[in-house]
Amino acid sequence: MGELVTEGLSKVYAGARGARALDSVSFKAPSSGIFALIGRNGAGKTTLVRILATELAPTTGSASINGIDVVREDKRLREMIAIVPQESRTISWMSPKQSALTYLMWRGFGYSEAKKRAEESLARLNLSKYADTLNRSLSGGTKRKALAAMVLASEAEIIFLDEPTTGLDPISRKDFWVILRELARDRFIFLTTHYLEEAEQLADTLGVLGEGRLVAVGSAPSIRGRIRYQYSLKLPANSPVPSVSHGEVTTGKNGEVQILTDEQEAFAISRKVSDSGGRFSIGPVSLDDIFFQLVGESTMAEEAAPGAEGGWSA
Amino acid sequence: MRRSLASQLVAGILVNSVYEMKNYPINLVNTVLSPLSFLVVIDFVSRGALIGQAIEGGLIMSMFQSGMSLQGDISHLKNDFKLQDMLVSSPASPAAYVVGMAASEIIYTLPALAILVILGAIYIHPGAVQALELTGALLLMFLTSITIGFMFATLSSDIVQSFAWSRLLSTIFTAITPVYYPITYIPLPFRYLAYLSPTTYAAEIMQNAAGSLQLSAGAVATDWAVLGGLTAILLVVVSRNARWKEV
Repeated sequence: MGELVTEGLSKVYAGARGARALDSVSFKAPSSGIFALIGRNGAGKTTLVRILATELAPTTGSASINGIDVVREDKRLREMIAIVPQESRTISWMSPKQSALTYLMWRGFGYSEAKKRAEESLARLNLSKYADTLNRSLSGGTKRKALAAMVLASEAEIIFLDEPTTGLDPISRKDFWVILRELARDRFIFLTTHYLEEAEQLADTLGVLGEGRLVAVGSAPSIRGRIRYQYSLKLPANSPVPSVSHGEVTTGKNGEVQILTDEQEAFAISRKVSDSGGRFSIGPVSLDDIFFQLVGESTMAEEAAPGAEGGWSA
Repeated sequence: MRRSLASQLVAGILVNSVYEMKNYPINLVNTVLSPLSFLVVIDFVSRGALIGQAIEGGLIMSMFQSGMSLQGDISHLKNDFKLQDMLVSSPASPAAYVVGMAASEIIYTLPALAILVILGAIYIHPGAVQALELTGALLLMFLTSITIGFMFATLSSDIVQSFAWSRLLSTIFTAITPVYYPITYIPLPFRYLAYLSPTTYAAEIMQNAAGSLQLSAGAVATDWAVLGGLTAILLVVVSRNARWKEV
């Protein structure tokens, strides 16, 4: 079985951006199934994907997939990879069939073979009825599927998908998961996401990226196994922190406080906070809690404030 | 897997001309009208005296606009659809991509070229040698504009900026410079400024070949050398500096 290996991979953008997007990222993971890279916006996910997909040169360090170096042997690697970049769009004046057909022709397939593969791929993704509809007339979810159909139609063994479900509604997103599982049957899918549920549902291996550093890598159970406590209690910023007899207290970058502890202690603390009129949320440890502990930020911080988590608020 | 270079070239033509033309035929009308509108104005203003130069100018403008259109189109596909990113991470070669896209621009230009060639046959009626000279100069013009266009496209990160450059370069190199009129109309010392533009050399070669400008053999040889040399230099510069992938 092949491996994805990175060693001390760093990227500093030159010029005005001048930012260190990746900071000495080193890990090994099997190059099969689905690898999901999780991180907030700006964590360095796209930079890592672009380096692995030979689109971007690292500043230092190295990376290889199945023993093929992404920098020194980029041409060889390109024979077996395909990517749907973040913010990529289907070309508005073409149909899904024309998009897949021409993508395959650019990969070097003859017209007849490309046409056959394009039609098969669209059929696999239930897009046959839209095959000849102009992309500009398709819904957002169907456009995303059309992009997936392009790479699915190819012979690529390794497929990079940068935030493939961003902007999709929950139903379209779950439809897309089915496609990804289909893709992963005989290929290696490397995807980025900031949806933890998606990563947990789909991935064989997870990588957690925070501010350019890889803070955890492994299967979802193994990452969960890093957490000793099974209950999480979150308090809004500037809340008085009650005393905790056993557990781990983490203060996030936005001042939000997370307490990981056992069930009994979690409910004892919640009673204290409730009696003093404070706000909190409580629940079994989720991947988001683990992410918070590892990175110091919630992946959902921009979308949901503490205390607004349905069903567990008090 | 054996990969077909012909397929890679045809893909560019399909995406950037055949499918686009089919859905946005107005682009084709625009490509045809630009050089012809200049021709009509020059012909009216000169009361027919400069029809030969106007046809040659139209041919040069058509060729130069191909490169400028390439700039806008590659930039649009790269920045708005992320097509170039998809192709970088694939076995597609940058050369096949550029040549295919350049060929697609020629296809767009074909109707305008056909009209201009017919007008040329009627008003200039060149012999075989002159026709070869005209074709050679146009080919070099096309290569020059394509290299400039590709260079700007790969460096551009914004389609608005890209289209602005496209319009600016087209105006400078085909409308202001002596492409539609003889260089002798420009008073000295400003005439020398015109020699900063590659289109001036192409126009001189074509006007001389068509008999509307009398140049010495040495001057014609110099025009060929400058135009050919400039094209070669641009090809080298672009192949070294154009960004297929980010660094």
